[in-house]
Amino acid sequence: MLLRFEVGLKPHVRDVVGGRVARKIKSELGLDLEGVGIVRVYTVEGVNQAQARAVLDAGALHDPVLHAVSLTPLALAQAGDFDWALEVGFRPGVTDNEARTARETIALVLGLSKAEAKPLAVYTSVQYLLRAKAGSVLDEKTVLHIARDLLANELIQRFEIKSAEAWLKNPGFEPRAARVTGQASDEVLVIPLTTMTDDELVAFSRANTLALSLGEMRTIVEHFKDPATRTARKAAGLPPELVDNPTDAEVEVLAQTWSEHCKHKIFNAQIDYEDAEQGTRRSIDSLYKTCIKGSTKAIRQAKGKDDFCLSVFKDNAGVLRFNDNLNICIKVETHNSPSALDPYGGALTGIVGVNRDPMGTGLGANLLCNTDVFCFASPFWEGELPPRLLHPRRVLEGVREGVEHGGNKSGIPTVNGSIVFDERYLGKPLVYCGTVGTMPVRVAGRLSHEKCALPGDHIVMIGGRIGKDGIHGATFSSEELHEGSPATAVQIGDPITQRKMYDFLMRARDLGLYNAITDNGAGGLSSSVGEMAQDCGGCDLDLSRAPLKYDGLKPWEILISEAQERMTCAVPPDKLAAFLALSEEMDVESTALGTYTDSGTFHVRYADKYVTHLPMDFLHEGLPQMEIKARWERPVIPTDPLPMDVDHEALLSRMLSRLNICSKEYVIRQYDHEVQGKSIIKPLVGVERDGPSDAAVIRPDFATDEGLVLSHGICPKYSDLDTYWMMAAAIDEAVRGAVAVGGDLRFMAGTDNFCWCDPVASETTPDGEYKLAQLVRANEALDHFCRGFGVPCVSGKDSMKNDYKGGGVKISIPPTVLYSVVAKMPDVKCAVTSDFKVAGELVYVLGLTKAELGGSELASELGVSRGAVPQVDLVSARERYLSYFEATRQKLVTACHDCSDGGLAVALAEMCIGGRLGAEIDLGAVPQCGCSGALEVLYSESTSRFVVSVAPDKQAAFEALFAGQQFAQIGVVGGTALTVSVGGSALFCAPVQSLTHAFKAPLDW
Amino acid sequence: MARVKALVLTGYGTNCEQESAHAARESGADEATIAYFSDIASGHVRMENFNFLIFPGGFLDGDDLGSAQAAALRWRFAKTNSGEHVLDQLKAFFEAGGLILGICNGFQLLVKLGLLPALGGKYFERQVSLSHNDSARYEDRWVTLRANPASPCVFTRNIDVLEAPVRHGEGKIVPQDQETLDALEAANLVALRYIDPVTGVATMQFPENPNGSANAIAGLTDPSGRILGLMPHPEAYNHPCNHPAWTRGETSPLGLTLLAGGVRYLKAL
Repeated sequence: MLLRFEVGLKPHVRDVVGGRVARKIKSELGLDLEGVGIVRVYTVEGVNQAQARAVLDAGALHDPVLHAVSLTPLALAQAGDFDWALEVGFRPGVTDNEARTARETIALVLGLSKAEAKPLAVYTSVQYLLRAKAGSVLDEKTVLHIARDLLANELIQRFEIKSAEAWLKNPGFEPRAARVTGQASDEVLVIPLTTMTDDELVAFSRANTLALSLGEMRTIVEHFKDPATRTARKAAGLPPELVDNPTDAEVEVLAQTWSEHCKHKIFNAQIDYEDAEQGTRRSIDSLYKTCIKGSTKAIRQAKGKDDFCLSVFKDNAGVLRFNDNLNICIKVETHNSPSALDPYGGALTGIVGVNRDPMGTGLGANLLCNTDVFCFASPFWEGELPPRLLHPRRVLEGVREGVEHGGNKSGIPTVNGSIVFDERYLGKPLVYCGTVGTMPVRVAGRLSHEKCALPGDHIVMIGGRIGKDGIHGATFSSEELHEGSPATAVQIGDPITQRKMYDFLMRARDLGLYNAITDNGAGGLSSSVGEMAQDCGGCDLDLSRAPLKYDGLKPWEILISEAQERMTCAVPPDKLAAFLALSEEMDVESTALGTYTDSGTFHVRYADKYVTHLPMDFLHEGLPQMEIKARWERPVIPTDPLPMDVDHEALLSRMLSRLNICSKEYVIRQYDHEVQGKSIIKPLVGVERDGPSDAAVIRPDFATDEGLVLSHGICPKYSDLDTYWMMAAAIDEAVRGAVAVGGDLRFMAGTDNFCWCDPVASETTPDGEYKLAQLVRANEALDHFCRGFGVPCVSGKDSMKNDYKGGGVKISIPPTVLYSVVAKMPDVKCAVTSDFKVAGELVYVLGLTKAELGGSELASELGVSRGAVPQVDLVSARERYLSYFEATRQKLVTACHDCSDGGLAVALAEMCIGGRLGAEIDLGAVPQCGCSGALEVLYSESTSRFVVSVAPDKQAAFEALFAGQQFAQIGVVGGTALTVSVGGSALFCAPVQSLTHAFKAPLDW
Repeated sequence: MARVKALVLTGYGTNCEQESAHAARESGADEATIAYFSDIASGHVRMENFNFLIFPGGFLDGDDLGSAQAAALRWRFAKTNSGEHVLDQLKAFFEAGGLILGICNGFQLLVKLGLLPALGGKYFERQVSLSHNDSARYEDRWVTLRANPASPCVFTRNIDVLEAPVRHGEGKIVPQDQETLDALEAANLVALRYIDPVTGVATMQFPENPNGSANAIAGLTDPSGRILGLMPHPEAYNHPCNHPAWTRGETSPLGLTLLAGGVRYLKAL
């Protein structure tokens, strides 16, 4: 029997959630409704009437102070209380977190044992009661528009509608259970790969979302045709039909393990690179090995005894030594493709997913803070949407909320981030989620940054159960988004199940109950167990023991499912009982699924049935290196003249209102940025707490005043000009942000996250060689500038297929790199914020302003093309950063802001906004080179520059530190306006109040 | 002088246990132990061995079914391994004279359990609730609070004005009816209110009152004054540099002052 428990607000309680939905309908769809009422519906299966009564009496699903509850429809449809009812529920198999809580609560209230609670199931849905404005009519078509284009994502949700008229005759909706029906299955299919033609191999790969190329498919075929393989399989006792051909699971496991997502084939490729501009040609053996690992290795060697890196590129996150007691680790991931399909679920999974990287690093890290950077098309985008693409505002809102729930509910502060806008992100939004963790240097007598699964250790899976969610996530993200992309690739995270697992694992870690840990992310058990089995040389995994959300998963699906909130541990036999007991006690599910071995084989079975029997070396080393071509030819970018007549005051307001510059307070405030009580510099600073901050500072260790700085750089706008300088600018932006607040350049490490459009030339990517050349150049810059600044990359990730194809359109994102930096500062009390503090203080600019408007915000605002991309002058930048650090140590600086989007003018305006104080600036005093007029001095985006304020009594000491460098005093803080003149003649005078309005208005939602 | 032994309870989505324990120690507690709900349920930890109970902030059960709703039911219905009702331990703890502090989600739990405000001494009866902010949004921002000098609350004695961050989506006090609200005022069970920092007066104005809470209520106490619940996070202001404008020289008493009030009360026993 299915019962619908309907919960609505009592008349005296204002329906603020309904009000928010009405505002959303108005702002996003332009439909003005009188109001929206909300009824929450819990459809419960497996309780009788007496039990239902007990649930009502206990107030299990409602709050008696706030809610009315009923087993019959609450909405009456009388007296015009609504015109249409719209109910949205989940499709079968989609994670429904509230239903899980409701189910547990009902079981507890009814006193059901685990066995007794087995038939109990709960499914949630939300009823929206839509009221039209008096005198206007709400028709069915409009209601369907509201449902499809705002309130329900049909990929994961279903909806029903009913008019008030129909409701009066027949009130309410039928109870519906989003039940997954399926039979337990141990079916293992033989895939006749060795007898397929090339065309069949390609078709098989595409049809099964394997994302394997013909060459890779052939490599698998060759392996199975190899007499040695046959002999080994025969000797292992595999049934005859499996001697010559792989199982479905083996093909799937190889596809996961060899996916672009897991193996980074392009970064590891042999590249034939032709530089047509210089007339040179050379071969690169893996950009990853040469540029990224190579630079880190050199930097570490140069640092010698001051090297703070402990574990780089080999674990789920890079690990650094913070102080004698604490290590820091950092990882940043992207979750782009799922976020395109379901922005909320995709982003939520992105953040809770990357949380598991530090959690699965070394022996496991405590989660300290998150950083999130998003790239979207304009939320004000108007125009036809190609098939399957969601409106950018819907994407922004969904992603924002997904990260809000993922971060806030996990108790991890989101301390740093940004949003970048470019029309091409319509094809694929980029959702970067990063997490910093800490670990005690030693746990349970062992070094925490090391781990090793030993033969004989149990394979134990901890956390959530396995379902069909996220099957083919790794391979799906390794191809472009298309109209037929699979819905199962989308998952919805469950922060609370994960939090409980985390609570348990941190205890188990401190008790020394396991030898190794890793997360279940892309590729699921196949990847987690496969990777850990490399430590000892094999495994014996029995899938029949795996806990499932529901029946109906085949063994290969269990093996590669990416169902969330799971970790895998290697638990030594003598610790297994204690491990499982603590897990049970803390209400966390842990299951021993087999053992790690030294057999050399990735051996998986379903009870006695063979599922995979793959040699470890073939699984991990069998993938042939990709060979691809890159050709660089410098694009011709014209330089248009700048307008002569400019209303400077109006222009500055327009610049501050640009999406890439304006205030993101709307998003920032909805993220908890100070949970854990370690916040020192928050994302919003100043008198009214609304000025932008350059970087976050936190105090990771309550025992000391040492600070950790977190910042980032991202400059895709320069990619069309030259990705070399795009990368250099991103690194400089991240470094200077960290330096601006007081970070030490000598204790700084980076994380690179490349998001590219497909750089492999093919029929559908005719410009692949150029896009690959762009990748090569970005990597060369990374190599040069990381070395130059002495900032090693300790972790990174790439996502290489950020293209959309559909409706005859191809949209490729601009090549985008997020460069994130962590730095140490010796004393948080020396931190500096960007807001002007006191009238009468002196304003300086540090660094040289050059005529570099290429790719700039000004060029976009004016609609002109400019060819000169900002170039980083490494030697002077490094010297400046070191001197500035010394100035912060001596507390000589009262405010500092870096010049980035919008250059000097925007930096000054933002400092005025933060301090609600004006400044008088003489542009003629700005050290510059080649600028032809005020526009260039004001808005050039030359890198490595700071604007700082200095108290008059510190002037001499401050200037002495920068002797011989490019810097100048350009004005004085004071007044209520930003007044800019050139050599005595006034250019403009902009009241701080109006600048503030311009800065805050665009996204003041 | 009594030893102050704080027990910080966590699990099921609570997430401010570390800084709350740190805050308790910094405020003078002799010890601060973090325990999970499961430690109570399994009998490893017993509340009677402590005299200061802290329910920290977090997202118990993800706010599913409403903030702290599922957790309140867990406290009401759960039994220890030996068959004892967990709630009986909590009752005994309070009756023995212990102090209870609920912060944010912990406050929501105390309210939903009926430990606050316990008008007329009716403990464990839900009289008010906490519901969605009028903004219909979760927000992180700092607020200014004023303590009610007439309140029996032992934590807020000698406190006038405090600053602390709020970080919640469901912080608006909704009484079951107007009589309840009037009775709360008459009994001085409103311990803390949101005020306009400029005028110093209690306010219904957003964002100074971040959620639209009735009568600008930010925190409640019980008739004994030994229980305090509040939406803002005093434990997040444990260092002068936690203040959002410390680089401007702005400063105010640390949030720890509030915990120190509780510690001082216990030490004086």
